[in-house]
Amino acid sequence: MIARRIAAVVLLAVFGAALIPIQVQIAAEAKAAHFRSTELNLDLREKIGQMGFLAALSGFRSPLAAFLWIEAHSAWENTEWGRMAGLFNTVTTLQPRSILYWDMAAWHMAWNASVAAMQDEKQPSEALRIRAQRQYFQLGKDFLERGIRNNPDRYQLYLQLGVLLRDKFEDHAGAAAAFLKAAGFPDAPQYCRRFAGYEMAKCPGREREAYEFLKALYLQGEKQRLPTLINLLEEMEKKLDIPASERLDHP
Amino acid sequence: MKVFYFLLIFALLIIGGSAFVAKFSFQEQFQMLKDISLGAMSVFTSILAILATANFLPKDIEDRTIYTILAKPVPRFSYLLGKLIGIFLLLALAILLMTGLFLAVLWLQERGVLAETRAQLQGGSAEDLALALKEVTNSTFNANLFPGIVIILVKSALLAAMTLFLSTFASSGLFAILMASALYFIGHLQATAREYWLAGGDISWWTRALAGGVALVFPDLQAFNFVDDVIAGVAVPTGLFVQVMALGGLYVAVYFALAAMVFSGREL
Repeated sequence: MIARRIAAVVLLAVFGAALIPIQVQIAAEAKAAHFRSTELNLDLREKIGQMGFLAALSGFRSPLAAFLWIEAHSAWENTEWGRMAGLFNTVTTLQPRSILYWDMAAWHMAWNASVAAMQDEKQPSEALRIRAQRQYFQLGKDFLERGIRNNPDRYQLYLQLGVLLRDKFEDHAGAAAAFLKAAGFPDAPQYCRRFAGYEMAKCPGREREAYEFLKALYLQGEKQRLPTLINLLEEMEKKLDIPASERLDHP
Repeated sequence: MKVFYFLLIFALLIIGGSAFVAKFSFQEQFQMLKDISLGAMSVFTSILAILATANFLPKDIEDRTIYTILAKPVPRFSYLLGKLIGIFLLLALAILLMTGLFLAVLWLQERGVLAETRAQLQGGSAEDLALALKEVTNSTFNANLFPGIVIILVKSALLAAMTLFLSTFASSGLFAILMASALYFIGHLQATAREYWLAGGDISWWTRALAGGVALVFPDLQAFNFVDDVIAGVAVPTGLFVQVMALGGLYVAVYFALAAMVFSGREL
């Protein structure tokens, strides 16, 4: 009986050795397909505690992330912005492939926390309030940039980065580049390209490039001919002094 | 019958969970419903696979049922195979019921959100309404969820076969449960041990030997962990899906063959 048990374990090891190349190949393919990109390291262990880490190791990352997200929501209701940022960090570490978590974390930081910092009655100094607001803008941007590094194959976070750079940083060149990146994905909505053109038009020195870009969009057909695009083209034609014969024949 | 207790807990968890997350945005609601439901499916089927398999052999021996069966011209191999197939069917039924329940709750929640969206956009343009409705349906159901659920089933079948192997030399059901649970956790670290072992580098011989031992003897359970990423919207490539299914099938076949080998020589 003991001999059979030993033989079984030896056979198991032989089988294990034969499977190693297959396991390595599956792991490589999974990595190439952006699976299992979570870094289960000591930093995460400190954030989520021993039981949480054990759960994450055992393949229960997603429910754990959901529970922590609910906790972050409670922190939001109590306007505990610092705690929220910490929880968002943990959630996004656990579920780096979830666009929603990165997007919402960035939005909470750059839109909600930043406004709260600016309206903070406990802080009499306006300079310090502005500083805190900018720090939250930056935190939002960090979330989106890290999200993009983890999801380079999806357009949504590039789009959100464009919106953040446009609305909070007034970085029109950066916003145009982000919108263009988003527009490069086949499943991206058509407005990404228009947004890139609008932002390009706000960049000093790039007016001609923006005009050509928007004109090309206009010539694509009715779907792109929205009032904002038409008005902007008219403005640019005047600004760039485009000869009447070369101007677009828009209503 | 005890399977239905699991299903009852599962139902309470997802129905309760979906009611609890009603205050969130619809994207968050759907994401969390998927997180909790598929996570719970994975937990419950793993527990079910280990508990159901670990007990049957020691219990059959304790009840002396096994002697009645094996006294007839039933090969031990067939006896084990019958038990394993029964457990596979049980796991498949449990997954099927949990999937049905999950999809029903998801569908009901989607209907609620769609009705709310229609009411909010009443009087607006048809194009805006169509876009808003599409956004809701896109974040609700995703066909990629199915390969994720199938892989959960394959992983639980592997756990059942592994527990069967352990139970062939376990003296009690409790011992088999404890061993299978330990193997479950070690199995999730096998990939890390394998990488460490294969990378070599500046490590002591005994650390390398230990990592190699873990890599060779234990199953790679991380290879079956797709569901976390599938929930996040990542599609499992067909080639990868087929390879993982084949790996699961190989593990099941080998664990069963070893279980039959040990069981055939066991004194009853």
